[in-house]
Amino acid sequence: MDSLYLLIPFSAVVVLALVAVFGWALFGGQFDDLEREGARILAGDAPALDPDQAATGVAAKECPRTP
Amino acid sequence: MVQTSVAVPAQPGSVYDDSAVRLFAIAAIVWGVVGMLVGVFIAAELAWPDISLGIPWLSYGRIRPLHTNAVIFAFGGCALMATSYYVVQRTCQTRLFSRTLSLLHFWGYQAVIVLAAITLPLGITRGKEYAELEWPIALLLTVVWVIYAIVFFCTIGIRKVRHIYVANWFYGAFIIAVALLHVVNAASIPVTLWKSYSVYSGAQDAMVQWWYGHNAVGFFLTAGFLGMMYYFIPKQANRPVYSYRLSIVHFWALIFTYMWAGPHHLHYTALPDWVQSLGMVFSLVLLAPSWGGMINGIMTLSGAWHKLRDDPILKFLIVSLSFYGMSTFEGPMMAIKTVNSLSHYTDWGIAHVHSGALGWVGLISMGSLYYLIPRMFGQVQMYSVKAISLHFWIATIGIVLYIASMWIAGVMEGLMWRAINTDGTLTYSFVETVKATFPFYVVRLCGGLLYLSGMLVMAWNVFRTATNGRYAPVRIPQAAAYA
Repeated sequence: MDSLYLLIPFSAVVVLALVAVFGWALFGGQFDDLEREGARILAGDAPALDPDQAATGVAAKECPRTP
Repeated sequence: MVQTSVAVPAQPGSVYDDSAVRLFAIAAIVWGVVGMLVGVFIAAELAWPDISLGIPWLSYGRIRPLHTNAVIFAFGGCALMATSYYVVQRTCQTRLFSRTLSLLHFWGYQAVIVLAAITLPLGITRGKEYAELEWPIALLLTVVWVIYAIVFFCTIGIRKVRHIYVANWFYGAFIIAVALLHVVNAASIPVTLWKSYSVYSGAQDAMVQWWYGHNAVGFFLTAGFLGMMYYFIPKQANRPVYSYRLSIVHFWALIFTYMWAGPHHLHYTALPDWVQSLGMVFSLVLLAPSWGGMINGIMTLSGAWHKLRDDPILKFLIVSLSFYGMSTFEGPMMAIKTVNSLSHYTDWGIAHVHSGALGWVGLISMGSLYYLIPRMFGQVQMYSVKAISLHFWIATIGIVLYIASMWIAGVMEGLMWRAINTDGTLTYSFVETVKATFPFYVVRLCGGLLYLSGMLVMAWNVFRTATNGRYAPVRIPQAAAYA
């Protein structure tokens, strides 16, 4: 099974790369405040610009979003 | 959700770049209809083989890869690309890294799809399941994929929010893993423009093929769509995911354990026995992260289950997770060698694949697109919310008919194939088992027709939403926190 000599070392290299990325995330502070990060995406929606005014570069009044 | 807005001059670069998102979303709908239509046609061919009228371009062997490529890579791929470009901008609060490259990615990917749709019916194929495209197209796909990776990861690189939201990790793993798998499995020696041979041979080739094949399931059909799940379920439910901590564990557990499940596609073959057992064990291990993720997604609605009653988009998203749970339970069970000896090569495999494809991948994509598409055309919601509900019920009934008929046909085939008379001869000839599956093939066709009808309802709804609306650029919120 020569192909295993390709696939197994290849997988091992991938796993080592994953360990490195995980280490970066862990020590780079990605996991420091997980409770807050989960909720953050809910706050991010900005109103859309009115199509007529978008071209002029002036933000329009707020458009309603999903209630 | 109440937003306070302040009229600020729109600086260049202060709105999201949604051109590629819009194009990919529309393309996903179009290819969804095409791919499912082809699926219905080949389902009819299995019940009534003569309907191809002897036309070679319509024969099952050529059209079946067209169906799989169209639904997985064209429909699913475009849905993943639309949502990943949408999600990465919203969660990083920044524009796409490059508008030009993102459009190049779109048109390049469409070129690959069109070339596939031309070459596969002509019988031009590498003969590797889910990797049929001949070497010039495979090379083009590689270039397009590298462009995709550049746009996606450079957008993360210029993010305005320090934390990288978990959905981006899933999308990122999908992009990198598919690139690696494609390059290893597509290694070929070209003979002519449209003919090449794999650099691997025999059992070696089979091992590489299913290492690719199952990881494509893991990273294309699972990780990518989990990226959708972790963004669109919280957004549509307007609640954070049940446990954000668990979502991080889910991600790392899944990607660390996925790589070696592939050999379960080659039980009882020339593959060394220990590799088969390894594949079986890794497949069983996968049950844990899969179900952790499923429970995490569904429990997001904990305490707000009433939303499921009122909101058809949430129905799509949550029911897709229950199919994800079903197929990620069924998969490890089928990977057990004793179960596999009954299930392999039968229609049980088809049932399993379609509970994942129609139930999980299809429904999560449709739900996410129902959330995304109105926002791409300056609308608050789809043109018809009732039509979303109609689509949900048609699709769900279609899936149930499809899976149940194929389960019955599959177990029946497995039992008939292994039935032995007292004198040691086979009880049934193969053609008897084919004949016995006929009624189930007809039921499966009905299920597929229902699922396609639902997709047509969606296409109509999307058309009305798009033509009623106008594209309104969405302002990037002034990054409240770079913390």
